Amino acid sequence: MTDQHRAGPNWPFWVVIAAVTTAYLGLLFGMLAATATYTSPHDLIRALGSREIQYATGLSLVSCTIVALLSLVVAVPVGYLMSRGRFAGKNTLDTLLDVPIVLPPMVIGLCLLIAFQTPLGRAIDRIVPFTYTVFGVLLAQFTVGAAFAVRQMRTTFDHLASRPEDVAMTLGCSRGQAVWLVTLPAAKRGMFSAASIAWARSLGEFGPILVFAGATRMKTEVLPTTVWLELSVGNLEAAIAVSLMMVALAVTVLLAMRAVGERP
Amino acid sequence: MIALEHIAIRAGAFALNDVSFTVPEAVYGVLMGPTGCGKTTLVEIICGLRKPEAGRVLVNGRDVTAEPPGNRGVGYVPQDGAMFPTMTVRQQLGFPLHIRHRPAQEIAARVAELAEHLGIAHLLDRKPHGLSGGERQRVALGRALAAKPAVLLLDEPLSALDENRRGDMRDLLKRVQREHGVSVLHVTHDRSEARQVADLLLVMTEGCVRPADLNTLGAPCTCQP
Repeated sequence: MTDQHRAGPNWPFWVVIAAVTTAYLGLLFGMLAATATYTSPHDLIRALGSREIQYATGLSLVSCTIVALLSLVVAVPVGYLMSRGRFAGKNTLDTLLDVPIVLPPMVIGLCLLIAFQTPLGRAIDRIVPFTYTVFGVLLAQFTVGAAFAVRQMRTTFDHLASRPEDVAMTLGCSRGQAVWLVTLPAAKRGMFSAASIAWARSLGEFGPILVFAGATRMKTEVLPTTVWLELSVGNLEAAIAVSLMMVALAVTVLLAMRAVGERP
Repeated sequence: MIALEHIAIRAGAFALNDVSFTVPEAVYGVLMGPTGCGKTTLVEIICGLRKPEAGRVLVNGRDVTAEPPGNRGVGYVPQDGAMFPTMTVRQQLGFPLHIRHRPAQEIAARVAELAEHLGIAHLLDRKPHGLSGGERQRVALGRALAAKPAVLLLDEPLSALDENRRGDMRDLLKRVQREHGVSVLHVTHDRSEARQVADLLLVMTEGCVRPADLNTLGAPCTCQP
């Protein structure tokens, strides 16, 4: 008996895929386009010229860059440990490292605030004042940004074969030399991605900064704080101007990550 | 000389108990056995990349069981060559000497000598990306030989090569072993490959290793695993 079964056409599958993709892209581009066309270029330029917004832009760019570098300093060793290490409690540690990613942002800010009310926290605060200062902005951004960088570095090391590192050790390297000379140069794209993710996450961080560092103009004001402050006083043009600038910065970081990631 | 004495190791359900064998000085030894029987584990124990639970590893009569991999005087060529992805062939060949802080002139001379010997002089400024399987294995072999190790460990060095390249590489390995006077332990599961290169044949079955005659390959194991 011959098999009478005939496979169905593929086009309904692709139609559904295309429809879902189009609807989702429509939502993303629709909201960006609506924001971009809500106000005139003249109003945007005027808003961006204010001292407060320039201060917030400067603080955001500097703090995000510092946080990206600090995140990398932490993410490389922690990511390496989680990728290559075999030890008891690894799954628990893995879960703990993801806590800043899943916690509500306000809760992170609250936890930081409470941590600095403990005797140890107060002692640290007396040496380097974190609460309601620019250092607090950095710490709040770092808490979340570093968690994303750690995850990225772990994935990077997971995708790099460990055998070259082993061979380097048989050729005369200590483990540290093998990692430094063989693994890290191979991981540089991942390191760039980890720093970029930490940078981008820090740029959009608001909740923890609001709770832990406050929203004081010309002091702890970063770009998301500006959007919130301007909205709260009804200055929609300024809020939109800052929002569009943040969109441009985020897209630039994404394009840079993509360009580095695709380089042969 | 490579000697394992009463080596035991356990990893999950996998276990080797009381494994002992010797590859004498300047002898080409082949360790044969089915895939997954623990050949690579033994190579890693000799390299120092795995710690045995019991037993000793001797290289040229010296007990290296507690030594880190880099102090054992062992050259290791893994199955896929394990190229250093960001280094040129020249840098890979000079790497062991660079680690030993040898003068630049000495490194350049050794790299040129190895490249000439292994037929990879035209590849010196290339990176591993784009090298063929055979070229990678030659580079890995040169890198392993650069610091003049007493012992060379080859883990399935021909398995990633196509049939045409295998013969060339097999001849090269045999020539290199003779000219450098190193003891070799070549791991394979291929009988014809083993017959063609081995001075000494070792067969691994059911967790034990015994010397075998080329004609009695596959005879049942008589030792207690």
